[in-house]
Amino acid sequence: MKRINGMLLSSLLPFLLMVVLFLFVPLIFMIYGGFQADGRTGFSLNQYAEVFRNAYYHQAFKNSILISFLSSLIAILFAIFATYSLTLFSSNIQNRVLIFANLTSNFAGIPLAFAFIVLLGNSGLFTLLFKHIGWELLSSFNVYSWSGLVLIYIYFQLPLAVMLLYPVYQGIQSQWKEAASLLGASPLQFWLRIGVPVILPSIAGTFSILFANAMGAYASAYALTGSTYNLLTIRIGALTTGDIFAKPELGSAIAVLLGITLVTAMLINEWLTRKVRRDLS
Amino acid sequence: MKVKRSFYHYLTIGAVLLYLIVPLLGTLIYSFSTQWHKTILPEGLTFQWYKELFGDSVFLKAMGRSLILSFGATVLSLVIMVPTIFSIVMYAPRLEKFIQSLIVMTYAMPGVIIAVGLIRAYSNSGISMVVVTVGAYFVGILPYMYQGTRNSLRNIHAVSLMEAAEILGAGQFTAFMKVILPNIMTGILVSSLLSFSILFGEFVLVNLLIGGSFETIQVFLYKKLNVSGHIASAIVVCYFILICILSVVIVKVTRSKKGTV
Repeated sequence: MKRINGMLLSSLLPFLLMVVLFLFVPLIFMIYGGFQADGRTGFSLNQYAEVFRNAYYHQAFKNSILISFLSSLIAILFAIFATYSLTLFSSNIQNRVLIFANLTSNFAGIPLAFAFIVLLGNSGLFTLLFKHIGWELLSSFNVYSWSGLVLIYIYFQLPLAVMLLYPVYQGIQSQWKEAASLLGASPLQFWLRIGVPVILPSIAGTFSILFANAMGAYASAYALTGSTYNLLTIRIGALTTGDIFAKPELGSAIAVLLGITLVTAMLINEWLTRKVRRDLS
Repeated sequence: MKVKRSFYHYLTIGAVLLYLIVPLLGTLIYSFSTQWHKTILPEGLTFQWYKELFGDSVFLKAMGRSLILSFGATVLSLVIMVPTIFSIVMYAPRLEKFIQSLIVMTYAMPGVIIAVGLIRAYSNSGISMVVVTVGAYFVGILPYMYQGTRNSLRNIHAVSLMEAAEILGAGQFTAFMKVILPNIMTGILVSSLLSFSILFGEFVLVNLLIGGSFETIQVFLYKKLNVSGHIASAIVVCYFILICILSVVIVKVTRSKKGTV
């Protein structure tokens, strides 16, 4: 028995050391920082009071939640229909599309923001094209604005939504469809009574993952407008490392609040996943 | 059974694929064009931006730093994580719950949040922020390394393999090195490549923790955005080609693994 503990201990120790140093310690420092007054002094609830008082941070919360909700909703709607269509194609095509989705899901952050600037920036490809055709409304589209950011968020949510929903459709067995149609159900009835109720919890779970993913995103918005766009992650970054307006204690408090939002989204997903499993067993 | 596919199904997938492809294509064409400010199509094609890019020693150095950082963190994770997951699966299965809750924690703490804590904890401690970044990367790729190693161990029935090896007289460590490791090699190679490609595109931590003093390829790209769009698009194209190569290798390795089982 002694030898067994030897291997376990000698591998666990460095692992635990890394996890403590780079996950627990920063977590504790962040939570502690949120309860300090400016300049690392004393214990105070001022930072949280400031977040709840200041309309500027209200707006950051509102913007982050709105863009995460909107981009997740649009991405999941497209993915629900496209992924179902995908399951009707040959497995070869399915694999290729999934590989492509995986590939583009890695295309995020700065490179992605830049790709959209090339398309829709001040002298972007589409901007020029629309100007040439004379579609004034579209040629005045501003990628550095709210709507530009939404397009970029949808881009990195879409492949993730497809990859997460694909296994969900695998769970709907063709036997169910055959059984339903033998009993006289139309395809519409099958989806309304069987298909949708079965996949609905998974869709909601996927939605919460997408939502959390968008809430934590930072690089794309930063690449587009630097620190000017009022999103939670941008505010946290600016408060923590900003040169003049650095208020790391306030940044910590906002980071804690964002973390709580993400944990909640994760817990909702876990709860829904467990619900599915219970329903099916 | 051949399923009849209506035009509608082509339309839904086509719309998604189009949305994902157009920005890539646009950047690709832009990186080869001479001038593109007023006309619908570029005025000419050129290799000039790529030549300039690869002649720029700052770019090559940034590329080197990115490689070192991502490679270093991935190797560190391999050396520490694989034996850990193995020992836990073999000798302390109850600890798996602990690892899984760690993974949930990492999902709940994306780059920005963990950066805040790391700066508060280590910025005045004398520890180099480059080391801190590698540590943060280690934590960041934990979910991928865990999944890959765990699945590989399950696939090869590691517990019975170890029993067999030990009955035949192999020591614990020998059995791990000579029996288990060669069998899970492809699995951990795939998760390493995946981790590497994720870290290579990482910007948040590197920008917030070290930023200007240790310029990686992502920081270099960010600085070039406002200087030259053509060069920036050439960088994006090179970056995308690199992820493509890594993905192809991952797919090939996964396929050949399936073939042998």
